[in-house]
Amino acid sequence: MAGLTPDLLAMQVFAGLALGAVYVLMALGMSLLFGMLTVVNFAHGAFYMLGAYGAVALLGYGGNFWVCLFFIPLAVGLVGMAVERVLIRPLYGRGIDYPLLLTFGLAYVIVELVRIGFGTEDLPFDTPAALTGAVNIGIGYFPLYRLFVIAVTGVVLVGLWLFLERTSYGLIIRAGARDPQIVRILGIDVGRVWLVVFGIGTGLAALAGLLAAPLQGASPDMGDSILAIAFVVTVVGGMGSLLGAVLAGLLVGVVVSLTSLVAPEAAQVAVFVLMAVVLLVRPQGFFGRAGLMS
Amino acid sequence: MPRDAMLTVEGLQAWYGSSHVLQGIDLEVARGEIVCLIGRNGAGKTTTLRSVMGLVARVRGRVVFDGADLVGRPVHARHARGLGYVPEERRIVQGLSVRDNLRLGLLAAGGRRREADAIAAMAEIFPRLAERLDQSAITMSGGEQQMLAIARALISGPRLLMLDEPSEGIMPLLVDEMFDLLRRLREEGTTILLVEQNVELALGIADRAYILDQGTVVHHDTAAALLADAAIQERYCAV
Ligand SMILES: Nc1ncnc2c1ncn2[C@@H]1O[C@H](COP(=O)(O)OP(=O)(O)O)[C@@H](O)[C@H]1O
Ligand SMILES: [Mg+2]
Repeated sequence: MAGLTPDLLAMQVFAGLALGAVYVLMALGMSLLFGMLTVVNFAHGAFYMLGAYGAVALLGYGGNFWVCLFFIPLAVGLVGMAVERVLIRPLYGRGIDYPLLLTFGLAYVIVELVRIGFGTEDLPFDTPAALTGAVNIGIGYFPLYRLFVIAVTGVVLVGLWLFLERTSYGLIIRAGARDPQIVRILGIDVGRVWLVVFGIGTGLAALAGLLAAPLQGASPDMGDSILAIAFVVTVVGGMGSLLGAVLAGLLVGVVVSLTSLVAPEAAQVAVFVLMAVVLLVRPQGFFGRAGLMS
Repeated sequence: MPRDAMLTVEGLQAWYGSSHVLQGIDLEVARGEIVCLIGRNGAGKTTTLRSVMGLVARVRGRVVFDGADLVGRPVHARHARGLGYVPEERRIVQGLSVRDNLRLGLLAAGGRRREADAIAAMAEIFPRLAERLDQSAITMSGGEQQMLAIARALISGPRLLMLDEPSEGIMPLLVDEMFDLLRRLREEGTTILLVEQNVELALGIADRAYILDQGTVVHHDTAAALLADAAIQERYCAV
């Protein structure tokens, strides 16, 4: 354990924040969908993967990373909206298990389609040239791209916060996440709001997948493990709580990062141990409402 | 019998899953009336209001409001026609300020009223809210939260206001204040359909009342006649 200097630990915490940023983007969308629509979206990992493959495709047609960063979340968000309108909408009001099973099946379909289109092999994904290298962050050299991931997530969080806090739509979403029925009673056409929420959720998943691609490449099943972690984050943060998703996402990122330092093979297990401990102490998660699932 | 019916409910049946909760409700509310639904716990009062608002998935029968049958129409379409609903247990939105709760009530109106004017108008009717506009709604007492729930339903200018047990769990002083307010609203032209456990209070304010039992209307009369009829009250309303 001689190598465990404070600086190394600090670096690892920082790396955890970059990892956590990706979890946050995933969990925000899942938490929104659950809070407002009571949809447990098992296809969220597939939308994440679509973010990466969408970029692979767009880069193949001569697009660059920056174009992808803008268009891919938008395009995948639109796909998400189509899915909501056509597949999920007929299932509202039928209980939580219908959309759950549907999205579970949808994930398989999306993954298989990508296998057919792009092959089953992992595809490499280059870090954009402007973001290669490392910068000194005071405690040591840190990969520039990871800083970029943290920064983009920060910008997205600020944007999302402004949208939620400063717009009428945001007010409806905040209220709807706590009490969807009140929003209906007050005469708001929730169908339109749910469509937008689905678009935002799936768009954020795509952004997460796109940002993760330069770190780990693209593979058809890249969404599987992140889906499991994003579930943990959502549960630990409290289903339906956005602030909870952010804090729990960063926490889980740091836990994974620190565990990999001492026992890489235990990193995934550590995440579930964390969840078990949090749920034992606080069954509704950090900021969840008690009894939401009952 | 009312002459100028605003709301007519005919043969209304409702189900929760396979349980047949409303088994044919008939009632009428005339323009400018206060009509009260009374009856024991579980009689179907809440379900009647929820069905009129469009919140119950499986219903049959007719719900005619201002000449149009609403059955099958979405909740927002009913709201747009002038139905307002204050559900039981207040249901103010916990994380929001008093002002945001009020704004929420206004959003469906789609800019028909200027926000500042509408909030100022509510603040005038509800002085207790005026002092607390920027406070988080959960910091208020139960009675104040109920006032907020009513203001939130009123702010979009409904023509028929439905209230489900507004006095539940509220201290007597505020209950009196609230019922005074309902009288004033009626004087200013709002028609009211009220569900109320406190029978004396309800009959004191209502023009007419319907007594529900096991999903049907078992009796209806003017409030004055019902108030005088101890036997009926004993039979259907004793808790
Ligand atoms: N969501 C629900 N699911 C199943 N049964 C319900 C539900 N809500 C109410 N009920 C049942 O329907 C009946 C009428 O309830 P309700 O309309 O709430 O009565 P009231 O408001 O007069 O007390 C009761 O027997 C109640 O148990
Ligand atoms: Mg009731």
